[in-house]
Amino acid sequence: MSLVLVGTSHRLSPVEVRERVAFDLAGAAEVAQRLALDGEAVCLSTCNRTELYLVDTDPEAAETRASKALLGDEVELYRMTDEAAALHLFRVAAGLDSLVPGEGEILGQVRDAYEAGAHGPVLDRLFREALRVGKKVRTETAINESPASVSSAAAALAQQVFGDLAGCRVLLVGAGEVSELAARALAARGATIAAVTSRTQANAEKLADAFDARAVPFDRLGEELERADVVVSSTSSPKPVLSRDLVPGHGRKGRPLFVIDLAVPRDVEPDVAQLEDCYLYDIDDLQAVVRESLSGRRREAERAEAIVDHEAERFRDWQASLRVVPAIASLRERAESIRSGELAKAESRLEGLSESERRTVESITTQIVNKLLHLPIVRLKQAAAAEGSGYVEVARDLFGLPGDESVDQSRKPRK
Amino acid sequence: MAELLFWPALLAYGEAAVAYAGDARRPGSMGRLATWGVRIGWLVQTALLVAQAARADGFPWDTWAGSLNLFVWLVVGAYLIWGCKPRFRLLGLVVMPLAALLLAISYAAGGVGGSGTSGYSTLFLVGHVGLVLAGFAGLTLAAALALLYLWQERELKRRSSTVLRFRAPSLVTLESLFGRTVAYSLPVLTIGMAAGFARLRHGSQLDPLIVLTVLTWAVYGAFLVLRFGAGWHGRRAAYMTLAGFALVVAMQLSLHMGHFA
Repeated sequence: MSLVLVGTSHRLSPVEVRERVAFDLAGAAEVAQRLALDGEAVCLSTCNRTELYLVDTDPEAAETRASKALLGDEVELYRMTDEAAALHLFRVAAGLDSLVPGEGEILGQVRDAYEAGAHGPVLDRLFREALRVGKKVRTETAINESPASVSSAAAALAQQVFGDLAGCRVLLVGAGEVSELAARALAARGATIAAVTSRTQANAEKLADAFDARAVPFDRLGEELERADVVVSSTSSPKPVLSRDLVPGHGRKGRPLFVIDLAVPRDVEPDVAQLEDCYLYDIDDLQAVVRESLSGRRREAERAEAIVDHEAERFRDWQASLRVVPAIASLRERAESIRSGELAKAESRLEGLSESERRTVESITTQIVNKLLHLPIVRLKQAAAAEGSGYVEVARDLFGLPGDESVDQSRKPRK
Repeated sequence: MAELLFWPALLAYGEAAVAYAGDARRPGSMGRLATWGVRIGWLVQTALLVAQAARADGFPWDTWAGSLNLFVWLVVGAYLIWGCKPRFRLLGLVVMPLAALLLAISYAAGGVGGSGTSGYSTLFLVGHVGLVLAGFAGLTLAAALALLYLWQERELKRRSSTVLRFRAPSLVTLESLFGRTVAYSLPVLTIGMAAGFARLRHGSQLDPLIVLTVLTWAVYGAFLVLRFGAGWHGRRAAYMTLAGFALVVAMQLSLHMGHFA
């Protein structure tokens, strides 16, 4: 049984090509079922990649089927087998093949693809390992800890000021898409979007409804500032809308105020940053944080690669050990038939034994067989991982075992 | 026996200090190594103190060097309450080099050997020296937290792009922690001081150390009143904590020159 991967991703194809071979989850499940035949198949389709993982006794036929499904004549595809394919999936699950290294969404997408696929023993193991490796990389490195977008950087900085954002009141000044994105990032971390104000009241009301917040008239900005912990400003005003005089000092009782100015031209006068307990970040500051954060992710990616390499090697060993499973099964079967045959021959001489004595004889002969086979089986597994199938052939020859029927044909894929 | 335990304790504290520095550069497994260094070092130092106590006739830390040994143990013990959490690893970068240095000074000055030759009763020394040192340990930790607060506050004010690189507790958390640490430490220091005053003979003269002690107590007392009564917060509160700590350091040095002499 060989593992075959055929796919395309953002590294190879632009979006107008990728969208032609993209599948939703139901479509991915259908493709997997169709391509599996008697083997196994999983289709991983996200906005950045579509990949088909197949396990088949005939890798060339599997590759042809997968290429056809992904319009191989028109779409540029990559093809990998066995260890390289496993390494690739582990890198994908770890977020190392993503546009933003370490992004977390891919892990859920790999899980969904696995659950929707037609997986048997090999893909089951491969995808479970990939999910484990993805989690391990995120636990043991800091690859996913720093923000990768302006809005998530703003939310992370707010956390650096307030810690837990639960109970933090956010005031949105401006009701455009940029405000909404930042608000979503803050709300995702527990902040409460308390009020929205905009020069166009209807826009403020619309966005306020989305967050179950209050829409307040623009001329009441000063009052709202007194109650807010975080201010997100992104109006299209040509002049600053938030000045130093507007920010209340005494009414805040020492609570910090975190001001995020996402507008160009800027909405907040720079000298607001001079106020005690007031922290002001404009779009350039946030972009600098994101740049630094991405370079940090790339540094962490080096450590993650080492983890992924090690795990891929372990998977290769496991896959290699599968090659000896039929040989080991034949060996055990042969030994057991010899043991039971010899006992049957001796039946007349064992007639006088009690039931308990018979059980003892059964047990002793079984133990002898097991002990004799233990070391050869261990060596076979080790050799299979290290040297491939040559050693298995020698074992078959030495013990007179039947020919290779490959991995566990009886175990049909699920689904 | 006690001397034999000193080296592994110092080694573990030193390892923790180096690993914390490594973790600050590149967060990850170094942080875990540092935490284990602190834990192991503290346990070994605990064994060292137990060995000292078992060998001494009276209170074994009644010298300046001995008190420094006990002080280090108290500081690291207090740090361990939060120090194992990843977000407080930067605090270890302040605390552990200091702990390693002070432990080495204590050893060089003979604080790891036996003592217990003081004319005072053991009960009095435990009440006075033990509690004053415990109070000092808490105030030292509060100063480290205030220092971390000021660093983080400056980074945020400067809009440093690397502010998220170091995983530190939030400003609000740090501010609350150094305030609470002072609030817990000052009563302990007060009881220790009261025990000392109770032993002052009638008509004894107030030495400069006692004046310094009262001054320190007054600064921290004022801090608590201003912090929790008048709503002082942020940088002002952090600077006041550090000012109080400067007096604690002056007291430690005065102890060396006078009180234990």
